[in-house]
Amino acid sequence: MPDNAKQIENKGSGFLQKVTGAIKGLFQSQLAIPVIALLILVLFNLIRDPSFFSISINTNNFGNKVLSGNLISILNGASELVILAIGMTLVTSATRGQDISIGATAAIAGSVFVKILRMGNITVGTIILGVLTACVVTILFCLFNGVLIAKFNIQPMIASLILFTAGRPIAYAINGGATPNVQSNLINYLGGYIPYVPIPTPIIIVVIFIVAISIFLKRTTMSLYIQSVGINEKAAKLNGINPTLTKLSVFIILGVCVTLAGCMNVCRISLINHETILKDIEMDAILAVAIGGNSLGGGKYKLSGSILGAYIIQALTTTLYAMKVSSTAVKAYKAIVIIAIVVVGSPVVKAKFSQLKGIIASQISKKRESKRVQAEAR
Amino acid sequence: MKKLFVALLVLVAAASFVFAGGAKEGAASGSGTIKVGIVNNPPSESGYRAANVKDFENTFNAANGYDVKTYYSLKNDEQLNAASQFITDGVDYLLISAAATDGWEATLKSAKDNGIQVFLFDRLMNVPEDLYEAAIVSDMPKEGETAVAWLKAQNLPEYNVIHIQGAMGSDAQLGRTGAMDKEFAAGTMNKVVQQTATWDEAEAKKIVESVINSGEDFNVIYAENDGMAKGAVAALDEAGITHGKDGKVIVMGFDCNKWALEEVLNGNWNYDGQCSPFQATQIDEWIKTGSRPSTKIVYNPERYFDAATITAEEVEQFGI
Repeated sequence: MPDNAKQIENKGSGFLQKVTGAIKGLFQSQLAIPVIALLILVLFNLIRDPSFFSISINTNNFGNKVLSGNLISILNGASELVILAIGMTLVTSATRGQDISIGATAAIAGSVFVKILRMGNITVGTIILGVLTACVVTILFCLFNGVLIAKFNIQPMIASLILFTAGRPIAYAINGGATPNVQSNLINYLGGYIPYVPIPTPIIIVVIFIVAISIFLKRTTMSLYIQSVGINEKAAKLNGINPTLTKLSVFIILGVCVTLAGCMNVCRISLINHETILKDIEMDAILAVAIGGNSLGGGKYKLSGSILGAYIIQALTTTLYAMKVSSTAVKAYKAIVIIAIVVVGSPVVKAKFSQLKGIIASQISKKRESKRVQAEAR
Repeated sequence: MKKLFVALLVLVAAASFVFAGGAKEGAASGSGTIKVGIVNNPPSESGYRAANVKDFENTFNAANGYDVKTYYSLKNDEQLNAASQFITDGVDYLLISAAATDGWEATLKSAKDNGIQVFLFDRLMNVPEDLYEAAIVSDMPKEGETAVAWLKAQNLPEYNVIHIQGAMGSDAQLGRTGAMDKEFAAGTMNKVVQQTATWDEAEAKKIVESVINSGEDFNVIYAENDGMAKGAVAALDEAGITHGKDGKVIVMGFDCNKWALEEVLNGNWNYDGQCSPFQATQIDEWIKTGSRPSTKIVYNPERYFDAATITAEEVEQFGI
């Protein structure tokens, strides 16, 4: 009987050790800061309003039973940002810089999508055709940036500045002025809810996309190629990796991300407004990459960090809305929190932390030592 | 080098001769062309601007006896250069929608010295009133007042308002917010939430979602443009809250996009306030008849559309 109890205890402590080990590992990894930031946000909201994360089931105006609540809003609202943050992470890793034109190219993607949809009746076929056409066009635009960056070695931010400025006017030209809209139940399904599915479609699309891109990056050597090119282009080349081709393929992936985000945003409100669609999203995407603990100087990356970063940004916005922060102050609050996250995650502060840890540890051991000496002296 | 310069000069002179000849021909067939220089913001700026540019193109063209030069830019300095160029070209009238309100005094003075009459449209500028003939603009504060007066006339037992603002500091935001702020201050309407979506449709949806999630009651959505009203309605639809003519929540928007007026016509929205981009006809009248308004600044008459009274013809006529 006591033996048995001991065994169980051992098992329990083993499990506990594993859990604490995992937690320790997490806190030492680059995901520490985003995870802590997210936890603090969650805790803050729970204290402020315990019902903040409650989820309820409602019947919407189309007669479907759907889930609703702040948690769903955050997951749903961050969809475009998550997809774009993934693309931005890969671009950052391979090119050691950021593409700041993704908002503008998303406007082009959305415009092409709407253009195709408005040509005839909206059916599943035309939607697929629309997305595919938008995808081709957007990839071409992203490759324009890609060629400037990979072939001509222009700094990514400078190269993408061209489309950053010209992208929305191009979208305007595609739209032929004004803000064309598309009315169809199918579009509502894509931007809102599919009948009998209580989860918002954008969330489902994001999950599928994350799974697909992870499998793609893991199954192929893509991830390795991208990181090698980002870490040391020359070494990668000497090892038989073509840096130009790798960078270009990253921009093709970005093109797919941008298309998905653009079309998704159009479906949400059945409308394309070239001026406002995904405005300033490039900055949020870069921020998501940074909050995720990824270096903006390229090289190694962690997609999970950027994805977490994107959800943190949306959670922050939703929190500020729920707190009814005044219109003029909302951006300032956002900035303060983000500065805090980025500063805490910066190498200098991290080094200080580990220094502090070292000092405390050495002091503890010193105390122990002196105690031992004292005890021995007695 | 000098020779080349002279040759160029001759070429330019010859070209202008040909153009002048063309103009004269036009004059012979018409009743005399009026030379007009138009400085405006580019049509890609917004749906409003696109309609505005179209309106001017439809009025100021060769068929109506005008010889028109146009220049579009969002930048004040480029606009100023273009205006100076038009003055040098010797236009009869200069029509300007300024990108920024400052820096125009010298240019307008030189226009006056050259006997060119200046009309301002859509946007005013910081210059003495004697430098221009007349200005026709939208009265944004009045748009807000009209909307709020309409809302008050609905005689709801109580007003719980979600107020979605445009980009903070823009003319349209300041004007349309003013009237609503007065009601909030007076306590006649309850402010459930007042937040900016910076004209972004998707952001407006998120703001309304957050109110719905908080469980607070509301019965009015006052969005400062059509796009944000559409985003707000998408949130209502997903939460199963009825809206419009026979619904629980009153939906109000601005700008009168054609698709927005269709929403009003279908009873999904209750109100859409006009922000008229149609100023060309008035200026055309001033030029052709020589009449001038009694006050220098004239406000474009603007109306609103109510789900109870709107007709399909109005959608066609006033939708932009």
